[in-house]
Amino acid sequence: MRLSMDLELQDIPGQLMQSLEPFKKYKGNIISVVHHRDRKTPRGTVPVQIVFEIDPSNIDNVKKHLEENGIVVVRAGEDRFIEEISVLLIGHVVHSDLGDTINRIDSTGFAEVEDLSLRMPGIDEPSSAYMRIRATGKEEIGTSLSILRKVGAEKDLLVIEPIEAEKI
Amino acid sequence: MREVRISLVGFGIVGHGVLEVVRRKRELLKDMGLDLKVVSVTDINGTLFDEKGIDPQRLHGARTLEGIANLGIIGKEAIQEIDSDLVVEVTPTNIVHGQPGLGHIEEALSQGKHVVTSNKGPLVVAFNHLKELAQDNGVMLKYEATVGGTMPLISLIEKNLVGNEILSIRGIFNGTCNYILTRMMEEKYTYSYALTEAQELGIAEADPAYDVDGIDTAGKVVILANSIFGMDVKYDDVNVTGIRDITPEALNLAWERGYLIKLIGDVPTLTVKPMLVPRRSPLAVGGTLNVASIETDLSGTITVTGLGAGSIETASAIVSDVVSIYTSRQIDA
Repeated sequence: MRLSMDLELQDIPGQLMQSLEPFKKYKGNIISVVHHRDRKTPRGTVPVQIVFEIDPSNIDNVKKHLEENGIVVVRAGEDRFIEEISVLLIGHVVHSDLGDTINRIDSTGFAEVEDLSLRMPGIDEPSSAYMRIRATGKEEIGTSLSILRKVGAEKDLLVIEPIEAEKI
Repeated sequence: MREVRISLVGFGIVGHGVLEVVRRKRELLKDMGLDLKVVSVTDINGTLFDEKGIDPQRLHGARTLEGIANLGIIGKEAIQEIDSDLVVEVTPTNIVHGQPGLGHIEEALSQGKHVVTSNKGPLVVAFNHLKELAQDNGVMLKYEATVGGTMPLISLIEKNLVGNEILSIRGIFNGTCNYILTRMMEEKYTYSYALTEAQELGIAEADPAYDVDGIDTAGKVVILANSIFGMDVKYDDVNVTGIRDITPEALNLAWERGYLIKLIGDVPTLTVKPMLVPRRSPLAVGGTLNVASIETDLSGTITVTGLGAGSIETASAIVSDVVSIYTSRQIDA
């Protein structure tokens, strides 16, 4: 299971290494570590986000180990948006209310539009948009695509999906 | 030596190619124990018949049989009258009613003649009917050249992948669309400019609708669905979107994120639509190439690519079909 954790470390040498130790001990597979040294909390601690895969039965052991070593666990849980997909839209993307198009995805609660790029060659010409949608799972990606297809049909936009999406 | 008397029905680009390939490969075919003899060529003007086999030199440079035909019979009548073992049907395709090819194939099969064709129309309109007709008359109907031109797809699945369950086939089945999209991406051409270039090069027809609106690809999807997946579907069952609305900006945005845009036909979902294909995918072939990925239960995914059209290329697929009819028969015996 893929999980993420937000930690707060003391700003003293060796804390980051120490925070990773229980992942090794409990056979966690670390996917990414983001260390926000430049964004200290009002408490003077340094926020760190860790994404990892681990047997769920070990998560409490990891937490306990961290807390025993003075590391604050702010949040631990499933990484919400674990799936993502790229989609292109062609047509009057902006004038057909781009905000609404995005909101139709964002308002689901299980998916969000991240990363949007637009190309508008001329006033009367169709524009092209690239968007990346992140969602809580494969099924939710599939649902987001269905929503987008429906929006595309309503607003006369050509929706171009990636071939991998067909498998969902 | 097994003599095979062939009637060639249709004398266009592919018909010319068939005569040329049979001529070029005569010795090789004889080494395989086959003496392929084209005893008649028929087009709308009439039939040229020669019991000893037509010397291609007689037709050299001729675009039609006007002034060359020595019999006034055409179409079904020619198929009925002429004593042959096998009919190669290569008349122009019509995806709506399948004629005149449909009538020709029905007549040939009913007469107990094998049929090899590159003509999609009859198969899109009446695949299961024709397959049954062949079976009832104890003959074979082969159509490798209808999908992906020279690229081996149907025979690959029927022979080499036998025993596998085919889960899906998806790919680029139209070289014209692939050429236009490739040029738009590489040269930042607009759709209409790339189309004009393709027309000047003879890659696109004066009326490009058949290719660019995805009709041709949908026809191939129908043939694959009926022949490989045992479905019983018609052209109208396919959800089709063509490539007219694709912009160079969209291709560029896709490229920046690691994708190409290709017109993809998919079976069994029965869709034809432009899709994002990862640049490193085996489906990301350019120019006029065709490509198909076959997803199987035992062999994983197998991808084949090759030229989708062309006189000699299509004729090569036709001659392979002819040979396979007689070589598989030898194994039966």
